[in-house]
Amino acid sequence: MKFKQASVLPGFNLAFGYTIVYLSLIVLLPLSALVIKTSSLSWAQFWDVVSDDRVLASYKLTFGASLLAAGLNLVFGLLVAWVLVRYQFWGKRFIDALVDLPFALPTAVAGIALTTLYAPNGLIGQYLAPLGIQVAFKPLGIVVALTFIGLPFVVRTVQPVLQDLEAELEEAAACLGASRWQTFCKVIFPAAMPALLTGFTLAFARAVGEYGSVIFIAGNIPFESEIVPLLIIGKLEQYDYVGATAIATVMLAISFALILVINTIQWWHSRRHGMRK
Amino acid sequence: MHSMQATQRSVATDEPRWVRWSLIALALAFLGFFLVLPLFSVFAEALRKGWALYVEALIEPDAIAAIQLTLIVTAIALPLNLVFGVAAAWAIAKFDFKGKSLLITLIDLPFSVSPVVAGLIYVLLFGAQGWWGAWLMEHDIKIIFAVPGIVLATVFVTFPFVARELIPLMEAQGTEEEQAAMVLGASGWQLFWKVTLPNIKWGLLYGVILCNARAMGEFGAVSVVSGHIRGMTNTIPLHVEILYNEYNFVAAFAVASILALLALVTLAAKSWVEWQADRQRALDARMATDQ
Repeated sequence: MKFKQASVLPGFNLAFGYTIVYLSLIVLLPLSALVIKTSSLSWAQFWDVVSDDRVLASYKLTFGASLLAAGLNLVFGLLVAWVLVRYQFWGKRFIDALVDLPFALPTAVAGIALTTLYAPNGLIGQYLAPLGIQVAFKPLGIVVALTFIGLPFVVRTVQPVLQDLEAELEEAAACLGASRWQTFCKVIFPAAMPALLTGFTLAFARAVGEYGSVIFIAGNIPFESEIVPLLIIGKLEQYDYVGATAIATVMLAISFALILVINTIQWWHSRRHGMRK
Repeated sequence: MHSMQATQRSVATDEPRWVRWSLIALALAFLGFFLVLPLFSVFAEALRKGWALYVEALIEPDAIAAIQLTLIVTAIALPLNLVFGVAAAWAIAKFDFKGKSLLITLIDLPFSVSPVVAGLIYVLLFGAQGWWGAWLMEHDIKIIFAVPGIVLATVFVTFPFVARELIPLMEAQGTEEEQAAMVLGASGWQLFWKVTLPNIKWGLLYGVILCNARAMGEFGAVSVVSGHIRGMTNTIPLHVEILYNEYNFVAAFAVASILALLALVTLAAKSWVEWQADRQRALDARMATDQ
């Protein structure tokens, strides 16, 4: 078996070589520095750092808030995608373009804007405060920031699937006597399922690592509202490189696991539909 | 009864009017709370004390230095990732080789890594206690807490943008046109400039727009390597953070409003490029059927 199939086109060696060198210099070498630094710790040292009570509390908060935010995005992302694909209304193109705002707006700007809105005297916060709901500087604020950050993922993965769904399937379901709700549950939802899962996982992965938008709204109190990336920064500021590296390695391992999940969903999806990518 | 059944049949694959409008209202309410209000509040807070203070916050020396640094960093990071994106897409989309999907996964990797971790890895390499820290110190080269570190962190977080737009686009276009040009005697560069580039220009521009927005707005990764030295190593987002933490809210939002404007321009440019790309596709399809 040869490494590369023959081709008449020029430039493979140059393009491939450059890609590998640049990828190694910018991404692979620095990431391996992290892994190598961690492997210089003994297992007990590593375990002490990553299973400390304060660190465990921040894992719980980060994953809990990320799951909630990704869940909210799953529900509302499907709703927004559905409305944008199926219905006509005034200003639809504008709304469609606006969905990508969280990708375009720097996270720090999103962070201070959300904090100002949800602070107890803010535009939204002032109505929630009398109800006893405090958003900013509490874990709930983290969920709000992460929902903002992850908003486009589910919409943008589900939208094309709903667009390409054949009308015949729904007509057939209606002909066979299915109600509109049954058609949605049994025909449309299963077709959109892999895209929904992919979008959910992408939003979750983004949320777990998010820093900029969260630190302003979180309050950053240890054991209560301190996320994992902030913990890494805190350790770095105290020159605790060992601690920062150990926690960062855990984060990196989680990133790899999530990439694996996304690839598996896509592989499963393309296999089920009998098409090759 | 009879007529009701008739209308029901005609809307068998449509929802009742009230369902439709409630879904639209719910979706718009969600987007209003999560997208429109935050965006609006940036400008409202920035102008809360009038235009004079707004302008003052923008022409203050530290703000100007931050804007300059952001432009410099973007001017370096963007071309680097542009050239890489084209090279990677050429190798991956136009040739068949082993391990291609692994390579694509590795290129996408920076999207999955937390920005804080992205900053940290460069500190481990170039920081005072890092691998090459002692050597760099000896030769008086500063990377961490200086501009080179900020550039590196920005290059890392914007690494996949151009490549991931171009790879699927160029894969879909295949190699027929390039092969035809080869047969007609085109050189490698002619091939790229005259055949490939016109085909991918909208995808390329799309990637550049996204890459630019992220490069100018990156916060987490840059914050780890910058050291927050006022007027020296502060980019616009870091300057916003400092002003905000000093409770100088009007100035913080004034500077943030530049970034919010940038985001709006990015969205507009993106929509325009999508529209152009659709138009070109429609044109190509029509020409193909005419032949």
